[in-house]
Parts: sequence; C-alpha cells; structure tokens
Amino acid sequence: MTNASNIPLLQVKNLRIEFPTRRGILTAVDDISFDIAAGEVLGVVGESGAGKSLTGAAVIGLLEPPGRIAKGEILLAGRRIDNLPFEELRKIRGREIGAIFQDPLTSLNPLYTIGRQITETIETHLDLTHAQATTRAIELLNEVGIPAAEKRIDHYPHQFSGGMRQRVVISLALAANPKLIIADEPTTALDVSIQAQIITLIKKLCREHHTAVMLVTHDMGVIAETADRVAVMYAGRIAEIGPVAEVIHSPQHPYTIGLMGAIPSVGDNHERLAQIDGAMPRLTAIPSGCAFNPRCTRIKDVPNNRCTTERPDLLPAGKTRAACWLHSVSAMNKQAVTA
Amino acid sequence: MNIKSNVLLEVIDVAKEFDVSKPWLNRVIERQDRQILKAVDGVSFTINRGETLSLVGESGCGKSTVARLVCGLYTPSRGSIKFDGVNMADAGADEVQQLRKRFQMIFQDPFASLNPRWRVGKIIAEPLRVHKIATDDADVKKRVDKLLTQVGLSPLDQEKFPHEFSGGQRQRISIARALSSNPEFLVCDEPTSALDVSVQAQILNLMKDLQREFGLTYLFISHNLAVVSHISTRVGVMYLGRLVEVADTKRIFANPQHPYTQMLQSAIPDLHMTGKQRTPVAGEVPNPLNPPAGCAFHPRCPHAYARCKSERPNLIDYADGGQVACHAVEDKRINIRVAA
Repeated sequence: MTNASNIPLLQVKNLRIEFPTRRGILTAVDDISFDIAAGEVLGVVGESGAGKSLTGAAVIGLLEPPGRIAKGEILLAGRRIDNLPFEELRKIRGREIGAIFQDPLTSLNPLYTIGRQITETIETHLDLTHAQATTRAIELLNEVGIPAAEKRIDHYPHQFSGGMRQRVVISLALAANPKLIIADEPTTALDVSIQAQIITLIKKLCREHHTAVMLVTHDMGVIAETADRVAVMYAGRIAEIGPVAEVIHSPQHPYTIGLMGAIPSVGDNHERLAQIDGAMPRLTAIPSGCAFNPRCTRIKDVPNNRCTTERPDLLPAGKTRAACWLHSVSAMNKQAVTA
Repeated sequence: MNIKSNVLLEVIDVAKEFDVSKPWLNRVIERQDRQILKAVDGVSFTINRGETLSLVGESGCGKSTVARLVCGLYTPSRGSIKFDGVNMADAGADEVQQLRKRFQMIFQDPFASLNPRWRVGKIIAEPLRVHKIATDDADVKKRVDKLLTQVGLSPLDQEKFPHEFSGGQRQRISIARALSSNPEFLVCDEPTSALDVSVQAQILNLMKDLQREFGLTYLFISHNLAVVSHISTRVGVMYLGRLVEVADTKRIFANPQHPYTQMLQSAIPDLHMTGKQRTPVAGEVPNPLNPPAGCAFHPRCPHAYARCKSERPNLIDYADGGQVACHAVEDKRINIRVAA
C-alpha cells in the first residue's frame, strides 16, 4: 500500500470466463484486460452475448455456476479478489464494490420495507447502531432524490414506481460508500425521461463520492453522456477501448465504425443507416482469427489472410486501442515510409 | 371529388377503456366503485398514402393500444376508424375481410409472434391461404420463395423452424409474413426494440427499402425517439392516452412546441456530445387510473397555470400543418419559436 495512488482501482488481467457444457467448453469472455482508475467511469458496450454482463458479474464475484473464471486475475486496489473464499468476498461485495442491476424490481426483496433493506446493508458493512443506520438510510434516500424519505422508508418496493425503485437500488449500492460500482444496464428498463434523471443522478453521486463506475450497457447514448472511457466488446473480446469522445467521433476498429453508423440519431438526415451484414457469431461457432472477420469489409486490406488465421490483440490505433490487424499494417507502412 | 383521396387511414376521436375493477364481491366488501382505465382517450389523426406516421411516448401512454385498435385487435369504446374511406365498424363481414387483406401488423417480440411448431414456409404462407390469394402449393411456394428473398433470407430457409433463427432474422420472417398478402398499410408495434443496434439498422433499412419498392404506408409505434426521427415522415407524441403534438419529423425535433415534447427531446442521450441545452426533466407519469384534471401534463409542466388545471386542451393547428394541444401555446404564453 506504499504507492496506492499509482495502482488503478480495478485491474482485470487476461480474464477468461468459460461455461462447461455437454458439447464442450464455451468461452464466453476470452482473454480481456482493462483497468479502471479511482473515480473514473468506464463504459462497457456491446450487443447481446458479447460478454459485457459476464465481465461485470465476474468482477463482483457473482458469476452463476457453471460459469467460471478459467484464467486471469482481478485486482481491487492491488489486492487479488477473484480467488477469495466466499466469506471474504461477501465482505468486499457491498463494502468496496456496489452493484446496480437492470431490473429494480428483482434486485429488491418484495417482502421487506426498503428501510430494512438499506439499514441491513449499512449495519453489515459499517460499525453503526440501528438508530444511526436509520438516520443514514434517510440521508441516502434524500440524496438520491426520493421525496419525504422519512415516510417512504417504511414502504415496500411495490409502492414505488420504476424510476423511484431504481433510485432505491442506487442508494443501496452507495450505502457503504464503495470505491467501485458495477452498474449493469441501470437505465434499460426505464422510460427516456426517467432514464435522463437516473443518468444525471449516477453522474452527480459518483463525482461527489469519488466512486469509480463500470457501466455496462448496450446504449451508446448513455455511454456518451456518462462515461470517461469506453470498451467496445464483440464476441467475448474487447474490440476497441479508449476515451469516449475518440471512440465515438473517430472509431478505429471496423466493428466500432459500423456500430456508430448503425445508431440512428435525432437530427441526422441519412436516408439509410450504415449496416453491418450478418450477426454476431454464436459461442459455439466463433470463427478462427479475428471473430469479426466474416462481417468485416476491410478484410482484403490485410495481407496474408492474417484476419482469418491469427487473433489480433489490442494495438495502438489513433488515440484509442483497437484489436484489428489493419493497425499493425498501417504501423508497418509508416515504418516503411520513414525508412 | 377524387374517389381515391390521399388519406389512407383516418382515426376520429377514438377511445378505448378497459375495466380493471376488482371482482364484484371484493368491490362490495371494500366499498369500491368500478375502476375504468382510459388507455386511449379521444385520439384523432390521419395517415396519408406512402407516409410513415410514428407514435411516440413513454410506457402506458396508449400507443400500442392505438396500434391494436387500428388493426382491429380491439374494438374502440368510442369513435371511428376509416380505412380508405370505409368505416371499419359499419362495414359488413365480407367488406372487412377484403379490407383486412390490405393491412398487416408487425409485433415487437419476434420470439412470441411466430408459431414455434410451424415451419417458416407455413408461417409466411398463412395470410396467402387465409385470404385465398394463392391456393395451389406450387404457387404458394413460388410466392414464399420470392418473399424470403425480398427480406434478405434464403428460399431454403422455409424448411426451418423459428428457433433456428436469430432475433433479427425472425423479425425478417415477420415482415415477410406481413408482406405476403400484398398489403398497402403496415402497423409496426416497436418492431426493433427487442433487437441489437446493428441488427436494428438492418431492419430499419429493410423497412425503408420495402416502403419505396411497394409504396407502403406505415404506422410506426416506438419509444425510441432516435429511431422515430430516422424512419418517419410525421410524428405524433402521446401522453396518458392523448395526442399532445403532431408535426413533421424535422419540425418536431428541431422546434418542439408542447412542453412535454420539449422535455422528451431534451431527455434523449446525446451521442454527439454537443453539450446541448436541456430542459430539466422532472416528475413521473401519473397513474392512468386517476389522471390529473385538465391537461394531464400540468403537474410536471413548467408553464402550467389555472386554465391547465381545469380545462382539457384540444389539438389546435399551428404553422406548417402541425398540431399541438396546449393552453400555453394557444394563449401565446409560450412564444411559438420560428424554425431556424
């Protein structure tokens, strides 16, 4: 803990998540590495089945069996947490890593009042008396914008609307002042106007508490509004990672380029949207080489069939890093020119 | 007067009420009255041939109910729906059968809208057989082959079952089925909300191509404003069972008039990070069982005054053929901003 300031808050190194099935082992997340600095918001975006939610679940130790971490390390503030025994992990979960899930109705217990659920979390992790915990719960509810918190604390989850429930879940995630929050599709189940409220709230609270956030979503708009950096996932790998503005305005990986063109946006006057033909491969049929190669339009620009034979790792590309051989080609060309 | 007018569908003051009361005995014991949910409460609009009208709004605003009313899946509690000049409620059984051939529906969930026990060929051919458009097997097969090719699938796919396809491919099958009776009018209820963005782009492009090719007219229901701005000619914004604003797509996003439309517009996450000015979003949609008196939006509206709390605003025309239901706009308390 001597140079704690230099260590990123969360480091994920070569993480691989596998599912053993009757037909063999499926690799859902394949050798991904990233880190999150303290107070930073990392967006993780991708289509369904890209492995983004599994990555989040692995970090917080909530991978559903038979899914398992087959390889790699997860370090929180320099301490390895992926191999901790259950009880140890339980202390970290909630205390140091909070979680916000997509559906606020299923992440709250319908049989307990919300006050009981929040005070329970506070008492488990912090050394407070019941009365102090209740006061803190009311403070938290006020902070997330629930009106008349001292009355609402005795209400059950079904008495809240969807947006209000998600606010309760956020207050639960913040209850023990964690350093990192995993937010898995926190606004997907909500209407646009409520979504805007929740995004603003998450941004505000994380700035005030200096909490880092791993924001998992399929909505690029939410990422653009919230995140500092973004990782684009495709078929269990990170296709591109970099600062949000760079990835949105000058994407480097052909998949990210296609994805950005495919998102309709208000005020654009395109007659047609850019379209990536085909669909993401199933886990049982991931192509060799780069998993994107059957859909890629630039495959001819890389010599020696490299895309279909050899798997690219993240390479520096523009101001981001992209897992695409094109960038090693351009790097080679540049070298040739300068030589 | 021209017999074939430009208006294909006319919806006049349509309402749909659902009885959501508890059983009789509970009502007697708990001394409760019947509870009526007004899902759609007096909605009027027209759709011209070849255009796409989109209805947007938050969950529970009645947009899907309108789609189902138009398709005849619900009967309206009040008002009338005219398709190509014929009032659906007054038409005889034969006439309705003839009309029904001319409009079809695409549903949101491609996993629930295809029969899992039927082969794709049989699913797509169903409207052909029901409407007796093609009866002999060779003709049916020829038409199904053509439809599958049109939506970007292979004719060989008709031997497969729906579970063998991905979400986007299933939505293509739904579109092929909807197109099989050569309809003029398609009602699309959130056709892309269950799909990933790259697949959504494929389906939206396909829908636009088909519209150009066959001169289709769409009623498009969605909660995604970006999708709506991409696909539609005109947009109607709904709030608690009422239309609050109808205008051209460009106009409604560049220059929204109704305070609710303004709020929705500024709530859209900004992909281009232009740091646009936002109208702060406050409050939530009230309970539709007990909607506020007067304008249903007044508890959340920054411009509300006494008249809004007592009198319900009706759609009034303003410049450019747009319509807005707002007392503040009508009384010029909010200046109508001129489009730049």
